Amino acid sequence: MTARGLTKRFGQFTAVDAVDFDIEAGESFGFLGPNGAGKTSTMRMISCMSPVTSGTLRVLGLDPAHDGPAIRRRIGLVPQEDTLDLQLTVLDNLVVYGRYFDLPRKVIRERAQHLLEFIQLADRAHERVEPLSGGMKRRLTIARSLVSEPDLLILDEPTTGLDPQARHLVWDRLYRLKQQGVTLVVTTHYMDEAEQLCDRLVIMDGGRIVAEGPPPDLIARYATREVVELRFPADDNAEVAARLDGLAQRHEVLPDRLLLYTDDGERLVEEVRRSGLTPERTLVRRSSLEDVFLHLTGRSLVE
Amino acid sequence: MTSALGTETAGLGIARGAEEPPSLRALRYWAYQYKRTWRGSITTSFLYPVLYLTAMGIGLGSLVNRHAHEVDHVRYLVFLAPGLLASTAMQIGGNEATYPVMGAIKWMRTYYAMLASPLRVRDVLFGHLGWIAVRLVTVSGIYLGVMAAFGTIVSPWVLLALPAAVLTGLAFAAPIAAFAATQETDTAFSTIYRLVLIPLFLFSGTFFPVTQLPAWLQYVAYATPLYHGVSLCRDLTLGQLHPAGDVAHGLYLVALTTAGLWAALRTYRSRLVV
Repeated sequence: MTARGLTKRFGQFTAVDAVDFDIEAGESFGFLGPNGAGKTSTMRMISCMSPVTSGTLRVLGLDPAHDGPAIRRRIGLVPQEDTLDLQLTVLDNLVVYGRYFDLPRKVIRERAQHLLEFIQLADRAHERVEPLSGGMKRRLTIARSLVSEPDLLILDEPTTGLDPQARHLVWDRLYRLKQQGVTLVVTTHYMDEAEQLCDRLVIMDGGRIVAEGPPPDLIARYATREVVELRFPADDNAEVAARLDGLAQRHEVLPDRLLLYTDDGERLVEEVRRSGLTPERTLVRRSSLEDVFLHLTGRSLVE
Repeated sequence: MTSALGTETAGLGIARGAEEPPSLRALRYWAYQYKRTWRGSITTSFLYPVLYLTAMGIGLGSLVNRHAHEVDHVRYLVFLAPGLLASTAMQIGGNEATYPVMGAIKWMRTYYAMLASPLRVRDVLFGHLGWIAVRLVTVSGIYLGVMAAFGTIVSPWVLLALPAAVLTGLAFAAPIAAFAATQETDTAFSTIYRLVLIPLFLFSGTFFPVTQLPAWLQYVAYATPLYHGVSLCRDLTLGQLHPAGDVAHGLYLVALTTAGLWAALRTYRSRLVV
């Protein structure tokens, strides 16, 4: 998949602003960014559901403007909002969807059985979808997107709104798909999801790509090895930050805490104590994509 | 080289030929949906004509017959039945093109699920309207069956009343679906019922010949679609054909259906493909 100067405008509003990216077959590629960064608009363009305003886009070597149906035949889409039929049974949702792809009913039923086992819903096959939990519905949406055995799976925020256990189950299933050679394209505003799932990712903000690379490289490039988080009782984090100037390689002032970037967190905490400051809480942790995003945009990923 | 390409294309052609048309695949979804509610729906399709024909046709009809002897040269029940057939088709067309269309866009988002597959907007639209046509065939077929049981069928031309009723229903369903696809909420739908469908039901010749209306209101009736559906269904059911008039009624309904389809393609595209 290749995008050059890919742009999406809605009237005066530019949702995606001339982005470039390349995604290789078999790769697991992420779009990380806060809400409104243009991730979903990008997903809708690459899944051939939304026309490109300008720029070029090739998906599976084809042009979405002319070959939409042919591309969609080879794509599995997990949209941000589930589009399951709540009144139909779990199995019928798969059968109906498979029919859209003109698969023979027998083939769909065979695949459905495997898929329902894969997402651990085999025992609910004949139940209606409506009462299922959010995590189960999400897994069913993923199973449904796999009925057509796609070469490319596009997942728009696959685990938003799920509890931690459900998220880990989804991640595990996606990881297995990746091992089977399915190309994954994932959007998320969870840095842990991006770190778990993506070989390579772009960070989007305000419709633009602000950084691109494998997660560890991005962290190495834009953050230090460790981060010290300090919380002070007073509200004047900025004033405290001024006093700490020079101790850390870099710092960020957040409304509720102060982040100090360093390669040796424990030593920095010692130095802070020695300088006479008494933080209410201190936390030393490894840098994450969250810090990369904060550094690049000055804002947190999830407000 | 050329021949190899030719063979390949031919092979593809055969494969394509075996493919189920995309709009039929979309239609299947609605058939699956219907599996859940068909019992209640079929029962209603029987009960509605039985109740109406009993109450209006026999109950009210006995009064009418006593005073007027006949309406359009037939008993009131026989006069009324085809009018109700066309009105029922209108109502089914209206029902199926309002809330289900909104649901497929906003509530269940079924159209979006379809559009993530190889189906295109036109397949989604034709599939849904195709399903509405299937419903119209069933409901009108049952209605004609009940009419037969009430002894109101007097001419073999009645066989053509079935397609006429289906066409009447589609002439409402297509433009209403086009409108429904532009709506953010379902509030306008009850306005359609109150200000369009119910007045048409009352004043399109369903219950009495429109010639009973004041002259100006007759012209209003001539302009509305249900009048043409009622007239066509009635002429065919009674076997009282007026060739020129009946062709005009049919053409009116075909034109409205076509215009509705054209409008719906546009509103569906601008709603679903952004």
